[in-house]
Amino acid sequence: MNWGETVRTALEAIRSRRMRSSLTMLGILIGIAAVMLTVGLGQGAQAQVRSQINQLGSNLLIVSPGSTTTTTGIRGGRGSASTLTTRDATALASPVVAPDIARVAPVVTGSQSLTAGSTNWTTTVVGTTPDWLAVRARSMTEGRFFTTAELNDAASVVVLGSTTASQLFVAQDALGQAVNINGTNMTVIGILNTAGSSTTTDDDDQALVPQTTYSSRIASSGNASGISTLYIQANSTDSLSAAYQETQKTLLATHGVTVAASDFTISSQESLLSTATATDQTLTVLLAGIAAISLLVGGIGVMNIMLVSVTERIREIGLRKALGATPRVVRRQFLVEASTLGLVGGVLGIGLGLLGAQVLPHFLNQPVTIPPVAGIGALGVALIIGIAAGVYPASRAARLAPIDALRSE
Amino acid sequence: MSTLPFPDESSAPILRLVNVGKMYATGSVEVEALRGVSMEVARGEYVAIMGPSGSGKSTLMHILGCLDVPTSGSYDLAGEDVSTMDEDALAHVRNRQIGFVFQQFNLLASLSAWRNVELPLCYSGVGRAERKKRAVKALERVGLGDRLDHRPGELSGGQQQRVAVARALVTDPALILADEPTGNLDSHSTADVLRLFAELHDQGRTIVLITHEHDVAESAQRTVRIFDGAIATDAQMDSTPASFASAR
Repeated sequence: MNWGETVRTALEAIRSRRMRSSLTMLGILIGIAAVMLTVGLGQGAQAQVRSQINQLGSNLLIVSPGSTTTTTGIRGGRGSASTLTTRDATALASPVVAPDIARVAPVVTGSQSLTAGSTNWTTTVVGTTPDWLAVRARSMTEGRFFTTAELNDAASVVVLGSTTASQLFVAQDALGQAVNINGTNMTVIGILNTAGSSTTTDDDDQALVPQTTYSSRIASSGNASGISTLYIQANSTDSLSAAYQETQKTLLATHGVTVAASDFTISSQESLLSTATATDQTLTVLLAGIAAISLLVGGIGVMNIMLVSVTERIREIGLRKALGATPRVVRRQFLVEASTLGLVGGVLGIGLGLLGAQVLPHFLNQPVTIPPVAGIGALGVALIIGIAAGVYPASRAARLAPIDALRSE
Repeated sequence: MSTLPFPDESSAPILRLVNVGKMYATGSVEVEALRGVSMEVARGEYVAIMGPSGSGKSTLMHILGCLDVPTSGSYDLAGEDVSTMDEDALAHVRNRQIGFVFQQFNLLASLSAWRNVELPLCYSGVGRAERKKRAVKALERVGLGDRLDHRPGELSGGQQQRVAVARALVTDPALILADEPTGNLDSHSTADVLRLFAELHDQGRTIVLITHEHDVAESAQRTVRIFDGAIATDAQMDSTPASFASAR
């Protein structure tokens, strides 16, 4: 009996027990769909976090001030000390000291109320340098970013995020208008392109001013050179780790501390990503594990049904053997039957998974990304489960002695 | 494999059992189901094997049908020693040399009549079109040419047994082995099936029929009686019916 015949016989056997076959396939179907959806949800969440972090810019290192330790030994959290200064930024920007660093953008932020005419809007005001635009990979829709000259002069100019601009200037063009920040009138010289918002910050709702302007006219405290974050862009992805080393070495030298007592933290996008996705990943693995168990249960269902089927069809097996079926042919028939149950269940499960991937985001507000390889993998897993579940029942059928099988009632 | 030369194939026996014995071990007790059975069946013979239950006739039938192998002695079927064959080889011999007819018909309920009949051909690798052609021919031969697409459930007992006979004929086997073929049939269908066997015998088929009914055994040419695992009597029928006389 060739393979075509075997497959035909198996399909007929499955068709002739429609109800039972569909219930058996349902187990595999649900398992495969569950695995695909949990993996898809995990992937979707990771992709979302990744895009948020990539949105920061490319080949970025982010330096935050470290924690302080008071004389009584109480440590503050990260950023509790304002140890970074513009001098650090200047040192790092030097191509001699740090050849692998392309650009440095020191950033100092604060929440301020902005007023334009009778409208006011509270947002994050960022004091930085002209390199910010390139480091953070942003672009302008209108106007321009501030220049080095304006930075040196502490000019009263401001660049607005698109949300901020539309909130302050509802029906008119913001460009060239005056905005009052903390008592200082500033001229709007540019509007940033939209970047989209992440869960924690809205990159479209901010106002950027030269760092010198910020420290001299907006900041309340007197620490003129203090900054809250240093964004450092490496020359390329390959020089990222060299840039990391250079940053660390330079900052340790300028701060006069050892590695053990370092008062700053350098994070890369990768380290931010791994921190951000660690929880997601744990959850995904957990859920996928539960889904995999449901798939296993589905596989046990296939095996159970195949065993019942062998017992029920002892006479058929005996007859087929009497008519000339060799043990191998009988084994193959039952294996094909089991793997067909697995495969068809798998195909339907992938269908349900893909459907779920379309429907779920509407309810969860969470993207579901099913990688194509997951579909192929799921199909392979379903087939393997079918075959594995069929091996034992099939070899039992193959081993049946024809006389015993024929004699049974 | 028999080393005896067969210059004239038609005169050589189809079956030759030499001192065949079969032991069953049931727990610690060994049961000797067959003790030294020797017999020959010539090509074209119609033999009935009779015996009460427990006589060993079922065991003999299993060995004749290559469903089981003897524990001692040798069994040649169509010139091949099958008593030492492995399972795969036995499956091939069953497929090519033997047509089975069972008491329970043993048709597959989900398949139509012709699909049941083509089943042995599936296992011998005959192509689809050829299988259908031969299955239809075999069903026409047993008078069911108009029931090709009926399922077993839609046929009477006698018709089902005729489908089974067609299935036994379809491979053109050396031996038709019928195990209580009329055990589940009424007298009318019994006569029907026995007439069919008689016709097949007339056409030169070799038939071995196992039964415990005298009137069924009487339709055969020769009756072998089994008792306590051995052959008690082996007799040619005195009064061969007219139809047989004309054929022989």
